[in-house]
Amino acid sequence: MKNEEMLARIKSLSEELYRKIISRDKPQLSMPVRALSNVIYNPKEGYFEIGNQKKTRTLTVNTSKTFAQTLRMLALSKNLVETDDIATKREAYYVSKNWGEARFTEQPESDMIMDDIEAMFMVNREQLGFIPEEKGGDVAGKLTVIDIDPETGKEIKIDCTRMGTGAYSIPSSVEHLKFETKADFILAIETAGMYQRLVKHAYWKKSNSILISLGGVPTRACRRFIRRLSDEMKLPVYVFTDGDPYGYLNIYRTLKVGSGNAAHINKFFCVPQAKYWGITPQDIIDYKLPTHPLKEVDIKRVKDGFKNDPFVKAYPEWQKALRQLVEMKKRAEQQALAQHGLNFVITDYLPEKLSNQKTWLP
Amino acid sequence: MPKPASAEKQENENPEDEIIAYELARKQREISIAEFFEKNRHLLGFDNKRKALLTAIKEAVDNSLDACEEAGILPEIKVEVVEMGEERFRVSITDNGPGIVKEQIPNIFAKLLYGSKFHSLKQARGQQGIGISAAVLYGQLTTGKPARILSRISPTKPAYYYELHINTSTNSPEIVKEEERADCEFEHGTRVEIDLEASYQKGDQSVDEYLKQTAIINPHATIIYITPKAEQFIFARVVNELPPPAKEIKPHPYGVELGYLMKMLRNAEEKTLQSFLTNEFSRVGASTAKEICERAALLPNTKPSSLDRTAAEKLLRAIRETKILSPPTDCLSPIGAKNLENGLRKEINAEFYTSTSRPPSVYRGNPFIVECAFAYGGDLPADKPVTLLRFANRVPLLYQQGACATTKAVVSTNWRAYGISQSQGAMPVGPLVIALHLASVWAPFTSEAKEAIAHYPEILREMKLALQECGRELARYIGKKHRVHDELKKKSYIEKYLPHIALAISEILGLSEEQEKELEEAIKDILEKSRHIESLQDEGAEAEIEGERLGISGNVEDELESEGFEENEDETPKTSKRRKRASALNSEESDAESDYLKGGSDEE
Repeated sequence: MKNEEMLARIKSLSEELYRKIISRDKPQLSMPVRALSNVIYNPKEGYFEIGNQKKTRTLTVNTSKTFAQTLRMLALSKNLVETDDIATKREAYYVSKNWGEARFTEQPESDMIMDDIEAMFMVNREQLGFIPEEKGGDVAGKLTVIDIDPETGKEIKIDCTRMGTGAYSIPSSVEHLKFETKADFILAIETAGMYQRLVKHAYWKKSNSILISLGGVPTRACRRFIRRLSDEMKLPVYVFTDGDPYGYLNIYRTLKVGSGNAAHINKFFCVPQAKYWGITPQDIIDYKLPTHPLKEVDIKRVKDGFKNDPFVKAYPEWQKALRQLVEMKKRAEQQALAQHGLNFVITDYLPEKLSNQKTWLP
Repeated sequence: MPKPASAEKQENENPEDEIIAYELARKQREISIAEFFEKNRHLLGFDNKRKALLTAIKEAVDNSLDACEEAGILPEIKVEVVEMGEERFRVSITDNGPGIVKEQIPNIFAKLLYGSKFHSLKQARGQQGIGISAAVLYGQLTTGKPARILSRISPTKPAYYYELHINTSTNSPEIVKEEERADCEFEHGTRVEIDLEASYQKGDQSVDEYLKQTAIINPHATIIYITPKAEQFIFARVVNELPPPAKEIKPHPYGVELGYLMKMLRNAEEKTLQSFLTNEFSRVGASTAKEICERAALLPNTKPSSLDRTAAEKLLRAIRETKILSPPTDCLSPIGAKNLENGLRKEINAEFYTSTSRPPSVYRGNPFIVECAFAYGGDLPADKPVTLLRFANRVPLLYQQGACATTKAVVSTNWRAYGISQSQGAMPVGPLVIALHLASVWAPFTSEAKEAIAHYPEILREMKLALQECGRELARYIGKKHRVHDELKKKSYIEKYLPHIALAISEILGLSEEQEKELEEAIKDILEKSRHIESLQDEGAEAEIEGERLGISGNVEDELESEGFEENEDETPKTSKRRKRASALNSEESDAESDYLKGGSDEE
């Protein structure tokens, strides 16, 4: 969406509010409910779509504070879009300190209002001029990223094979990036530790691939980066996480189909073509991996998944795997593969995964 | 009390010499009442030194107040306590009363059970005529010093000064000194000065507290008090009218017991039973007397003194079975709800006061009235049990709170219904002072020291109803306070956030200053409207809560009903009428409030 279009939408919303107020009608703001309970899994497109539930905020005495904060945040966004500027979420929070009584006391308050506005327009926050604090993730491997030099505006090429033991860092906004690559696939890795090992031993060279470190639940920028890279370069995406419910249902599921909270923008921020390599419950048995017992929270997460998560409901394979895990009452970390030698993961595990599709999960 | 007269001395005859009863008879003799109290001083409130100081002052002040009121004089009483030495005090109480005629002074102050009040049925502080002479006796026993009395009955007459001892074996005054005084500083009145062994301490059951409470319950009196530490307190008069004088009444037939009835019959001067009944009792007319006689199967023209015990018993049963009007209530002199409230106002610093006076009621043939006042909030501590000020016939009760009917009434009232916290069966906790006053011709105390009111169900019931009436007013106030607080919060919300809404829209649309102002006004209109609707909704919710409250207090009344009182039936419609009136009042008030708030925000 172009800046002009965004600006027009902000203005038209404000005009509507203005008209209502002047004619002594109670102004209202309405936005979709952002929660797992209001998402539908679209199997054809492969991501979570937002449902029809809306929440309406009517101006009353009790909502006057949130109402004022929402509108002031919207005015800030309008200025950012108009001047083609950006503010980080943290900066936006500090800007509010000028708002007197309407200021935020903690950043989560301003983040929430920001998410509300995002949902109100069904856009992502970068389009409103707000960017997140966190970086997107680390990249190494057979990839050249074409970015724009912020000073000169000229294209610059970043070769991700020439990062040594370091990495290319995904910026918070990725829409303008272009790619050149001859790699065969993208491997997304949960932990920084495992990523380091694979970079150190140049696994990407051996397997002709691109390695991306997720660092836990992937950020929006990271998801968008992988999605664009995969779409444009026609590359398959494989995901490698710990063998536990968090790795399955928080990290992998969010990467593949999106989240409840960002349901209104999942369309752009998910990677439906991603496939899961491991560590699967079957891997724990097949590779005789050392394990830890499942914690209470793990079991609860699985139960919640069966009950509420449209993704689990859509995939019998995952239901089977989750049941298997709960019956084993065990979980295994990526690093557990070191049981068979530090480089077992490079020499045996990953090549076997690559060659045997049957061991994957959808 | 005094034992009957001793046996006569017998002549010495041998066989009878061995009978033990004769031996014992030699030791049996009359005990003077003064001797009795010498040994049983605790019965009169002189059980310890601290209490002795309080009791001596209390007896003198009670007498002074009674005397002033009887004479139609607004009381002005000066109490001075001087520490003479270790545990030795001199108390001096001076009043502006009518004074006492010279001849009566020795008997009044130095003869126990001598007084004007015992034989009359009307409300007074004193009852038996023991108090002040007991104080004199106590002083005499502990210091050996005589009591000093100065009294004057008119500016045209001289004052008389007496120093008095009590002869404890004969219960009669011994005049130590008697003189005419020309240099008396008051025109009429009495001063009593007693030296006694005592101790002075501040706190709950102190002289200070007693005088403060006396001032609360007697707002028509001025009391000047000089403590042993030479501090001076002036409890000023706030009501310039005396309470209506209490009339003397004859006993009500329902109140007499067999022994008393027999005594009355024996001493009756009337010739016929008919005239005896109509003359000696209140509320007995010719037809009622006839009805009683009929029921008792006695002829109306029987000579009263000829009735024996069996006949008297029949008569009493007949009286109880006959429907007789309640006794007249002009023998009572309640202080009045407003005056009690004023008394509380002047001594207790709080933010809300309310009071009520119950209609007269009767226990055992004795009319009585319960009055109640609350002081709430302000400086009062919120985390301590409520303070209960107990009064009987305008006298504060400081001891034996646990045994008192007032305490039972407070504890068994459901305070949570009125916004005051209370755990089961305990005193409620909150910033509240409760004053409960029982006015009666014969206040039933649990002991001669007059420290606690006895638990008559009729009295308990009236006390509870009085507490509930005040409680409802209190609940209304607390509810309103919360509402006003909410209103203010909402108002401040509007003031705080409304300009931001206008500003933001103006910023986005690039409005002119004028347009922004217009927008702000429009938002204000919308919010005022929504605030009004919200507050009306609150009102509805509150009415429901109020209904619940009344439901709870209704239960208390049910409970009372099961104890066998009939008056409840007309209580319920009255309460609901009250409630309707109250809710109408509330909505008027809230209209006025929002007008006020609107006015306020317009200005800004």
